[in-house]
Amino acid sequence: MSQTEPDRVTATPAAREAIARLRAAEGRPVMFAQSGGCCAGSTPMCYPGGELLVGDADVLLGEIDGCLFYIDRRLDEAWHQDQFILDVVAGEPEGFSLPAGDNLHFVTRTPVCALPAAPAAAG
Amino acid sequence: MRYVPPGQPDSVVPVEARYENFIGGKWIAPTDGKYRVDLSPATAGSITEVPHSTPADIELALDAAHAAKDAWGEMPAAGRAEVLNAIADAIEKNKEMLAVAESWENGKPVRETLAADVPLLVDHFRYFAAAARAEEGRSTEIEKDLVAYHFREPLGVVGQIIPFNFPLLMAGWKLAPALAAGNCSVIKPASPTPWSILKLMETIEDVLPPGVINVVNGPGGQIGKALATNPRIAKISFTGETVTGRLIMQYAAQNLIPSTVELGGKSPNIFFGDVMARDDDFLSKAVEGLVLYAFNKGEVCTCPSRALIQEDIYDEFMARCLDRIAAIKQGNPLDTETQVGPQVSADQLEKIASYVEIGRGEGAEVLTGGQRAAVGGEFADGYYFQPTVLRGDNKMRVFQEEIFGPVLAATTFRDDAEALAIANDTLYGLGAGVWTRDGTRAYQMGRAIKAGRVWTNCYHQYPAGAAFGGYKISGIGRENHRMMLDHYSQTKNLLVSYSNKPLGLF
Repeated sequence: MSQTEPDRVTATPAAREAIARLRAAEGRPVMFAQSGGCCAGSTPMCYPGGELLVGDADVLLGEIDGCLFYIDRRLDEAWHQDQFILDVVAGEPEGFSLPAGDNLHFVTRTPVCALPAAPAAAG
Repeated sequence: MRYVPPGQPDSVVPVEARYENFIGGKWIAPTDGKYRVDLSPATAGSITEVPHSTPADIELALDAAHAAKDAWGEMPAAGRAEVLNAIADAIEKNKEMLAVAESWENGKPVRETLAADVPLLVDHFRYFAAAARAEEGRSTEIEKDLVAYHFREPLGVVGQIIPFNFPLLMAGWKLAPALAAGNCSVIKPASPTPWSILKLMETIEDVLPPGVINVVNGPGGQIGKALATNPRIAKISFTGETVTGRLIMQYAAQNLIPSTVELGGKSPNIFFGDVMARDDDFLSKAVEGLVLYAFNKGEVCTCPSRALIQEDIYDEFMARCLDRIAAIKQGNPLDTETQVGPQVSADQLEKIASYVEIGRGEGAEVLTGGQRAAVGGEFADGYYFQPTVLRGDNKMRVFQEEIFGPVLAATTFRDDAEALAIANDTLYGLGAGVWTRDGTRAYQMGRAIKAGRVWTNCYHQYPAGAAFGGYKISGIGRENHRMMLDHYSQTKNLLVSYSNKPLGLF
């Protein structure tokens, strides 16, 4: 498992508060996994720590107050995004994600940045 | 025409103040008595209240399903087919009511639910009624006196978790084959769309044996997980995003049960130069084929969200498409003239807007749209987004990620090889479209694109009988075809000797 880039994720104050509440409720750290695809794709899923089995196909983006944040390596390459910001917005979470509070769920924000140099074929 | 919103006087959809879970053929209150409000995305106003269930309610539903499974599984196929056909008839009789309910809860225009969602749902049950009747076991004469008989047996009780974009049709896609194969189901609707399936259950409860279908609403983190991890299910199926798909497969592995998952896509829609060889119906159909990215406001796993247009026709073809897009009517989803309704939630709306900003930041050009649509009046608070076209490069995030909104990412290609390279340059492989007047090219491209469904000179058709499912990370398994019966049954082999002679080994 990659441990080389542990500081690619930060959290807004609202996200940190939500994490603190979840940690208190769960009695242990939670974990995050960036999703992709249908429906709630693009949102981070929040689980009790260790719930999702991670492996060599995952990249550890970083840690927020003891909670690890992963992304699928292929998704990471497609997103080509250096920095991720964890935030909280209104609405129920999708999938099996834990809510960030009453009618709240986590979202990932990414600073807008330019497209990296494209390969020659993509004229 | 305009339909009256559900619950208002003269509406075709009566609405109770509160709904319960549907378990064992009865309407059962959630065990801890908690409910939540269900909103319409058109007005952000309340429709009704639905259960906010807990794992205890999943256990009740599993009790009911297990109580029903032997009788249902042993019923002759003709009997099960009769029930599936009765379900189809009941839905057909209530087509308008269900179409309006679906439209109001999801936001999709009623012209789509009347013409597609509900008729397809009806047909789906009839298709699987027929498939159940036509299903045969196989026998093989291994040796003259040794025969292998193969019987299809149901799995028992299955768990099914469905998405918010086609709440009724996705319920049908999952339920019809499961029931046809002799299984009972516990199904969990998506959190944004818990209610229309309850209207469906009201419609069919009189023709359905108790416990065969059980519907439990509530938060996925609690009851979705309680269902997917439950040792009392024999199979789990899911449609949604990739991380939950992984988790579903992980839970299935831990219980050593099968799973099928459909996880979305980023489907290329390829337009070759010859589509413009003549100004005829085919060209008009191809233009519509591009604009279908706005179908169901882009909330479709197979949304043709990447348009690949041959560079020699790009300017003229795109100009025609932009004219067609400019004529799109947004507004009241219950108006049959409305073509694009509101996104399913405020959250989706915000996500779509942020993707347009990401596209701009990466240098994509906004050809049309790009922001929240001001519909005004009673729909001023609805979650409407303008049909949007971005021109850019396939490496951009707006070409790589499923936005789930009416946002098209368009680019050009020079020749077949480049079209194919761009089409396949994605993590996903659910759908694709190929538009050309050249049959050989259509075949070669269709076979070479790494996607489970390649619409050829058409798009967004979902007839029962055409297999649907993903390549690559778009999922595992196929739906919408009688091969689904394989996903919902197991093979019993009887190996029978018709010889009385000992083997002679002992």
